[in-house]
Amino acid sequence: MTEEKYILRVENIKKAFGTNQVLQGVSVNVRKGETVCFIGPSGTGKSTLLRCINQLTIPDSGKIFLNDEEVTHAGPRINYFRQKIGMVFQNFFLFDHLTAVRNVEIALLKVKKLPPKEAREKALYELRQVGMADWADHYPAELSGGQAQRVSIARALAMDPEIMLFDEPTSALDPELTREVLEVMKKLALQGMTMLVVTHEMGFACSVANKICFMEHGHIKEEGSPAELLNNPEFERCKAFIGEFREYSQ
Amino acid sequence: MALEILIDWFPYLFSGIVLTLGLVAAALIIGVGLGLPLALGQVYGTLPVRFIISIYVWFFRGLPVLVLLFLFYFGLFPALGLDLPAFYVGAIVLGLWGAAYQSQVFRGAIQSISEGQMTAARSLGMSRFQAIRSVILPQAMRIALPGWSNQYPEILTESSVCYAIGVAELLTRSSQIVSQTYVTMPIYLACAVIFILLSYAGTSGIHILEKKIAIPGFGPGGS
Repeated sequence: MTEEKYILRVENIKKAFGTNQVLQGVSVNVRKGETVCFIGPSGTGKSTLLRCINQLTIPDSGKIFLNDEEVTHAGPRINYFRQKIGMVFQNFFLFDHLTAVRNVEIALLKVKKLPPKEAREKALYELRQVGMADWADHYPAELSGGQAQRVSIARALAMDPEIMLFDEPTSALDPELTREVLEVMKKLALQGMTMLVVTHEMGFACSVANKICFMEHGHIKEEGSPAELLNNPEFERCKAFIGEFREYSQ
Repeated sequence: MALEILIDWFPYLFSGIVLTLGLVAAALIIGVGLGLPLALGQVYGTLPVRFIISIYVWFFRGLPVLVLLFLFYFGLFPALGLDLPAFYVGAIVLGLWGAAYQSQVFRGAIQSISEGQMTAARSLGMSRFQAIRSVILPQAMRIALPGWSNQYPEILTESSVCYAIGVAELLTRSSQIVSQTYVTMPIYLACAVIFILLSYAGTSGIHILEKKIAIPGFGPGGS
């Protein structure tokens, strides 16, 4: 079976908010070390899909497996799975009352129950990885958006996740700050982290992704390698979407 | 003459101050100890829990403290077969009454914390309880403090109604001195000055605490 090679399997996920059917049966498989980018117009369910994967949003139907263990219907065990599924948010969501290093170490202390010294060392290590060690004692309000997002990446990485979900990680940032965050993500991908990235950064998607999924109206309308999708999109809407990106990037 | 009387009677008055502060301390401890769980129940509780809490809040905010005091002192506690000293009844009633108000201060503060804080905490594998304890409450309590600081002078001044059930607090002591000495205004003035000084000392203390726990860029006065 080829299935056992997949670290993450998403099977026919459906989710409606009221009468709005946001996900209409989405399936996607991800191999270890792969980066999968989700692109497409706003409001097509990309973020909802990511939130379903770690059950921040409970899907109406469908199943999700991490290493062949079912994440859906996990009950309280979901807190175990969430440690293995790191998540980075568009608006960072750093804990506003804690310094950068405390942001990274708090879950190590409370969830992983590491001794304080060990947690601090691990937190500082992760901050170094994202180039934020010098800012360890600063509060979120004292950081730029790019710095805050790098801290939030460090916070997720500290839990030693097996996959990372990025929900429009640069959409709240200006181009310069966007670049510093994408650098960190690129490095992470090269180190072999498995990543699912919802993004509008086509440049990043093309250069880093193993696979790009184009989503619209709650479906994955087209998927393939960046080359396949960019050069030879079969689906008209996808062609138009990518065309617009090309037009503006010239 | 009046000054001499004041000096002579000061130990007597002082025991009133001690009892007043005792009432306030007990009421604040009950108020926070009960007000915080009430707030959490109102934000995170199930519908029946929220309903019961709203009844509680409605009841204690809808009645004058004096009426509550009479109801509890002459009605509820005797009916339960409890023969509590007036001081305890006063402290309990002030505490239950204050808890109703404080629960709403805490509730507002908890609800002012953005949804993203809980989302981020849960995404790291924290349970709801852990997230509330280590992420939501430390932020909410800082936000609640300025509003909560109203409670101290409010309970302090309101504690004087315990006079009506004979708790030997500051006002009771003052009026006893008046009836013993037939000196009126100087005694009540002294009583008023003491209340104002106690109020000032307490609110100043809370301000210092506010500054001490302030976090750069966070919450009121935090920047």
